[in-house]
Amino acid sequence: MRHSFNKRIGRLGLAACAVLALSGCATSGNPKDPMEGFNRAMYSVHDGIDTVLLKPVATGYDAVLPDPVQTSVTNFFSNIGDLLISVNNLLQGKVGDGVSDLGRVVMNSTFGVFGLFDVATDAGLPKHDEDFGQTFGRWGVDEGAYVFIPLLGPRTARDTVGVAVDLWADPMSRIEDVPTRNSLWALRAVNTRANLLPADKVIEEAALDKYSYIRDAYLQNRRNLVYDGNPPARSMDE
Amino acid sequence: MKWLFALLSAVCLSTGVAAAEPAPDELVKTVTDEVLTIVRNDKDIQGGNARKAVALVEVKVLPHFNFTRMTQLAVGREWKNASPAQQKSLSEEFKILLVRTYSKALTEYRNQTIEYKPFTLKSGETDAKVRTLVKQPGSAKPIELDYSLEQQPTGWKVYDIEVAGVSLVTNYRDSFATEIRNNGIDGLIKALQTKNAGPDKKPAA
Repeated sequence: MRHSFNKRIGRLGLAACAVLALSGCATSGNPKDPMEGFNRAMYSVHDGIDTVLLKPVATGYDAVLPDPVQTSVTNFFSNIGDLLISVNNLLQGKVGDGVSDLGRVVMNSTFGVFGLFDVATDAGLPKHDEDFGQTFGRWGVDEGAYVFIPLLGPRTARDTVGVAVDLWADPMSRIEDVPTRNSLWALRAVNTRANLLPADKVIEEAALDKYSYIRDAYLQNRRNLVYDGNPPARSMDE
Repeated sequence: MKWLFALLSAVCLSTGVAAAEPAPDELVKTVTDEVLTIVRNDKDIQGGNARKAVALVEVKVLPHFNFTRMTQLAVGREWKNASPAQQKSLSEEFKILLVRTYSKALTEYRNQTIEYKPFTLKSGETDAKVRTLVKQPGSAKPIELDYSLEQQPTGWKVYDIEVAGVSLVTNYRDSFATEIRNNGIDGLIKALQTKNAGPDKKPAA
């Protein structure tokens, strides 16, 4: 298990190296996206895989599974995710939120039947959204260049490192039985993709250029998350 | 007798103005509730009937938006270099795009509920932000949905919507700026027209 996991991290590292190597030559005019040429190529690769594989599978899954079942799948993985959200809240000094996240795990794992139901939200413990990328941001690490990684999607340099730590710390990476672990990873990936289908349609309608629309939305959204919904104001009429 | 008439009309006028100009938070709440009630009871819109959704947005939502200001914000510093005719075309096309986007989002509506965060408006303030939360079924984190409004002679008008911190207006800034840099303001107008003409006719990037 370690082996394949390390391989995954290794691949990520390789991608990061490739990104760094290419950053020297492919410069664009956009300071937020200095590797735009390379990123656009990676985006096309991703879009291709998504169009022929991920999206059709997710669409089928979405069509077959009744909404309540799909919600329970989301809840199940969300419950596992709450553990790391708690750790990240604690690392950011938000002790109250971190303890509340732990409370969510305890409640949802027991009364919520292994996390299939989210009883904690109704009990007044709201779901948070934290990860290592946000924690680094809170600690003052600059987001760095924007990178588009096939299958992973949009990231910044900081969030790429963040997601590597997320994967390393993920309880689902520690499952010993390989078929079980792989099935869970696949289910989580398909479910996550299915949850993005509505957003997909809206972006399709909205974007003049999907690549830059996704990039700019991602950067704005991450900034908002790092500051927990209250980012310092920027002038709108610059 | 004349003074009585004047007084009466003054009273009517002032209440008329008051009724036409609800506070920003009331405006957002009234329009949201009204629109969502219609969507909840309309199987066609839920089923993805774009034309019906667009019609709903045009009648109920559009009058409360300031599209010229939205377009100005999205275009950014190049706005002042556009002729009045170009500004008009830009606003027209951007309006169509935003209405379609908003309508599309409505067809994806699935039983989410809206929570309105506390709102206070200082007297004399002409700019306001109404913050709401969209609560999803299951354990998804609620999505922040914020409306920026400014006071106009005809009432409060929305000039930006932020979804999870993503401004629907400023998100276009970079792509608009790139388009203008490469093909000029007319190029951007053309790109918007092409986009609006049909989602599938867009030339490959």
